Amino acid sequence: MVYFIVLMLGILFGLILTNGEVIAWLRIQEMFRFDSFHMYGVIGSAIVVGALSMAVLRKLNLKTLSGDPIVVEEKSLGKGTVIGGLLFGMGWALTGACPGPLYALVGNGYGAFLVALLSAIAGAYVYGSVRDRLPQ
Amino acid sequence: MDILSSFWPWYVTGPLIGLYVPAIYLLLNKHFGISSTFRDICTVTVRPKARYFQYNWRDHSWRLVFVAGIVIGGFLGHPTLTTAAEGQISGHTLDVLASLGLKDFTSLVPPDLFSWNAIFSLRGFFLLVVGGFLVGFGTRYADGCTSGHTIHGVSNFHRSSLVATLCFFIGGLFSTYVLLPLILNL
Repeated sequence: MVYFIVLMLGILFGLILTNGEVIAWLRIQEMFRFDSFHMYGVIGSAIVVGALSMAVLRKLNLKTLSGDPIVVEEKSLGKGTVIGGLLFGMGWALTGACPGPLYALVGNGYGAFLVALLSAIAGAYVYGSVRDRLPQ
Repeated sequence: MDILSSFWPWYVTGPLIGLYVPAIYLLLNKHFGISSTFRDICTVTVRPKARYFQYNWRDHSWRLVFVAGIVIGGFLGHPTLTTAAEGQISGHTLDVLASLGLKDFTSLVPPDLFSWNAIFSLRGFFLLVVGGFLVGFGTRYADGCTSGHTIHGVSNFHRSSLVATLCFFIGGLFSTYVLLPLILNL
């Protein structure tokens, strides 16, 4: 049942990314060239709504579906955050897609992005293989 | 079905995305994030020997179901991207890209760069293969992407996510202003 809801949420997420044009290479270009508010509006309002709703969850002390208290963990900050972040940013502007949109673009039928998605998976594979030799 | 084929403005798109942060916690007590599925897919398919891939992916199988959903959602929302750029995308951006050699603005994903033929060009190689690789390698190295860090982390006021987001943006600016003009010249 939970998986069914997760699948539905995923489908809705794909629709949101597509119809909000978050998957559009030109929208990402527009953002990095500071020519349009659209993407800033999307990301900014997502953060505001995310922060407000998390504040509500904390205030009401809401439990998860399985009755557990919610646990939020911060990801560690290190050299990887900076170097990896810069590398991802470079890839984001070249492909015009972050990970979510890569999947949505494949669903859109863009064969080219299947190549990009496979390459991203290969990137994760290579990272995992050389991880111990990288500054963390 | 009109809503499926229409453009959703930022004030619809953004808040809906933001709601995924509490939704994934309430449903699964997991943090919202997508790029970790690149790792999951490696683990499930080729089972690499490296330590990084030694974990029980089944504990995170919701993510694979979620991204399968994204693919389906992308399929359903298809008509939007046949929208012409004119009137939709900033004229200044289009002028700059035209001066860099792009001609076809009949789609928001430029056919000059992302058609089937483009895959086999040098440009396509850099944009799709190198770009895609950087997305996978970079997000795993930074331990998150625009969803895990920028949306989830920043909305929880995590310092590492703020730093990551800043770096995403600096990297993007570098590609846009330095690498892209070089690549489009190829």
